Amino acid sequence: MSDAALAHEAHEEHPTTTGLNHRKILMWAFLGSECIFFGSLITTYLVYRGKSVVGPYPDEILNIPLTSVSTFVLLMSSLAMVLALAGFERAAGSGADEERKQRELKKGRFWLLMTAVLGTGFLGFQVFEFYEFVHHGLGLTTNLFGTTFYVLTGFHGTHVGVGVIWLVSLLVLSYFGKVKPLDVELGGLYWHFVDIVWIIIFTLIYLIPS
Amino acid sequence: MATVTDVRTQERVSTGAAIWSWITTIDHKRIGVLYFVTSLIYFLVAGFEALLIRLQLATPDGQILNPDLYNQLFTMHGTAMVFMVAMPMAAAFFNFLIPLMIGARDVAFPRLNAFSYWTFLGGSLLMHSSFLFGQAPDGGWFGYANLTSKEYSPGLSIDFWGLGLLVLGVASVAAALNFIITIINLRAPGMTLMRMPVFVWMTFVTSFLIIFAFPAITAALIFLEFDRLFGTNFYEVAEGGDPMLWQHLFWVFGHPEVYILVLPGFGIASEILPTFSRKPIFGYSAMVFAAVAIGFLGFSVWAHHMFTTGMGTIADAAFAGSTMLIAIPTGIKMFNWVATCFGGRIRLTVPMLFALGFLTTFLIGGLTGPMLAAVPLDLHFQDGYFVVGHFHYVLFGGLILALMGGIYYWFPKITGRMMSEKIGKWHFWLMFTFMNLTFFPMHFVGLDGMPRRVSTYPADMGWDFWNMFISISAFGIGISVLVFLHNLVVSYKKGEPAGNDPWDARTLEWAIPSPPPEHNFDEIPTITHRDQVWYDKYGEGHGSAADLSKVDTSVAEHSEEDEEHEVHMPNPSYWPLLVGAGLTIAAAGLMIHILVAIFGVAWTIVSIYAWSLEPASTPPDEH
Repeated sequence: MSDAALAHEAHEEHPTTTGLNHRKILMWAFLGSECIFFGSLITTYLVYRGKSVVGPYPDEILNIPLTSVSTFVLLMSSLAMVLALAGFERAAGSGADEERKQRELKKGRFWLLMTAVLGTGFLGFQVFEFYEFVHHGLGLTTNLFGTTFYVLTGFHGTHVGVGVIWLVSLLVLSYFGKVKPLDVELGGLYWHFVDIVWIIIFTLIYLIPS
Repeated sequence: MATVTDVRTQERVSTGAAIWSWITTIDHKRIGVLYFVTSLIYFLVAGFEALLIRLQLATPDGQILNPDLYNQLFTMHGTAMVFMVAMPMAAAFFNFLIPLMIGARDVAFPRLNAFSYWTFLGGSLLMHSSFLFGQAPDGGWFGYANLTSKEYSPGLSIDFWGLGLLVLGVASVAAALNFIITIINLRAPGMTLMRMPVFVWMTFVTSFLIIFAFPAITAALIFLEFDRLFGTNFYEVAEGGDPMLWQHLFWVFGHPEVYILVLPGFGIASEILPTFSRKPIFGYSAMVFAAVAIGFLGFSVWAHHMFTTGMGTIADAAFAGSTMLIAIPTGIKMFNWVATCFGGRIRLTVPMLFALGFLTTFLIGGLTGPMLAAVPLDLHFQDGYFVVGHFHYVLFGGLILALMGGIYYWFPKITGRMMSEKIGKWHFWLMFTFMNLTFFPMHFVGLDGMPRRVSTYPADMGWDFWNMFISISAFGIGISVLVFLHNLVVSYKKGEPAGNDPWDARTLEWAIPSPPPEHNFDEIPTITHRDQVWYDKYGEGHGSAADLSKVDTSVAEHSEEDEEHEVHMPNPSYWPLLVGAGLTIAAAGLMIHILVAIFGVAWTIVSIYAWSLEPASTPPDEH
């Protein structure tokens, strides 16, 4: 990192009233707002449960074993995310030990890549699931189940997609020395949130029989 | 301060550079001015729409507007007044004042702040562009399903409304997040939460309401647009969908929105009343906790807008009860304002007149609130002019009068010039009188059964006199607005120089020059008391003649010493504008062609990358 960039970095670390970084509080507040958004989508799904006037109905079509696998994949991505952050933090904390720093950075990047790969894997399962459902006659406009299911899981999938793009961007930027542990942590907060939302969706839509 | 002068000289050199400096500005004060000017223009537009509506209703069987146009005008009047006048005008005050009041150099995210403004401008222009195609939104500001379905509203009018509101929602949430972080994290040393001015507290509560209320309408609007654009079944009764879903989601947003609108007015009044009573605000902590209580309760009352939808007696009773509970914290605030004035040495300046006008009219509007919350009464009032009278008392009498007071109060700080007190008094008395003459009789015709949202009425209903009366009075409000505009222009050009502290006020913004330098504070102040500036001037006293001799002038001297003190400010940026433009294009694209929408999304993504890779400020050694 050049001296200018270092000075720039130091400049950004203004003392704040609470001692917490601005962006970290921003992320938490944003996720609070997102809770209400997903809350509205999930509530709508639940309100319309069993109200479809034509099939296919959820119990005819939902593939619980397959989605359990994709849920497992997404949950593992959260583990990878934790390891990625740990790598970046250890690299930043290794001080003058350049060799250790590079080693930890390498680990961090590997797990960042793994998170993105597992996230993409989850999206792959979702595309396959949507394809199967359409094959079984469930389109976006077929009935209330199709409408609420696709919009809810679609918006969740979009969030995962945005997360994957974010992680890949972090990975690329890390090769230019532009990624601080906080950047990874913010991406991680978002990633874990999207994961938790999926746990709720999986429980309410797939596991509880209609 | 040398830098400020430099910037101004450059501006005079070329208009192009001046415009460019406004486009790329990330200075919270300039963004505040942009918000103010834009919302003032929309105020004139939406006010003009109201006058057209009143022309139509002045006589029975009015022939001036056909029902289609009438629907468009009342829809756009309501939507614009809520989303493009009240909220951005409050945002103008938040922007200009919050960093000054908490002793900060800017908001926490200056570029995000610029993004909020440009996105707001994009969304509002998108919605208003519908007039060019003769397809202005016509489903009411509440846009009830399934009137808004493709079947009953073919054409693009509802899409302009829904997509425009989605874009505006992004702007509002981004701005609210910014103010939350700013208030949590950028307070000057010693500025504890309970030393913050009440206006800052009201902004804080309002911002939380925004981030938790807007996602609900965002979801509702997404469902609506999916129904309209892609044929989904969210509000399709034939497919088992329920239009009530819209009403619940809309009012879960819509009732907190009422407090989003009025809390900034509370905040402004809470600054003006102590200054001109020369007393600290009465019951500071009660004021703060009352506002927080209103914020929480505001989320539990939404279905009082839906008593006539057949929710059942238990739900009706529960929502009536929670609604009436809100009268308690609001009552605490009323009594505290009155107690603030009580025994004070009151100066009846124009800002004070507006603040007192706010107190009285908001009380009337507030008192009809519990009437409407009573279910048996509401069943009669629903969809009638009594409701129109009620919410105009709250929003015009409560919010607009407070905002006007705020404009007169802070205009000297913003421009460095005083507004004319003489013209201001004409403005106040005209506006206050005609406001009451316009909105009070609406209660009468409402009780007589006159429905709202209907373009005309027959002659034999007994409503003729009051409708003519209301229409004439409405034009009186129009004249008062012209007087106000005249005052703005004259005072901006020739007003008397204001000095740092023309009102002998209490909060931090009055300790610095008017207009404030770009970096606000030469040195970040250290806070030891609530009403710090008052304390610095008078100590613990109440500003009596004896206290005046003790005035500490060290603050003013201090800033002169520090003239060479160089403060590092973030760089201007045009990426926030481009991200906002990209979002607007994406939304407009959904009405034009899917490729345009994809282009808009791509534009947005590229701009977001450019924004995040651009350094926020030049490193000091390259400066």
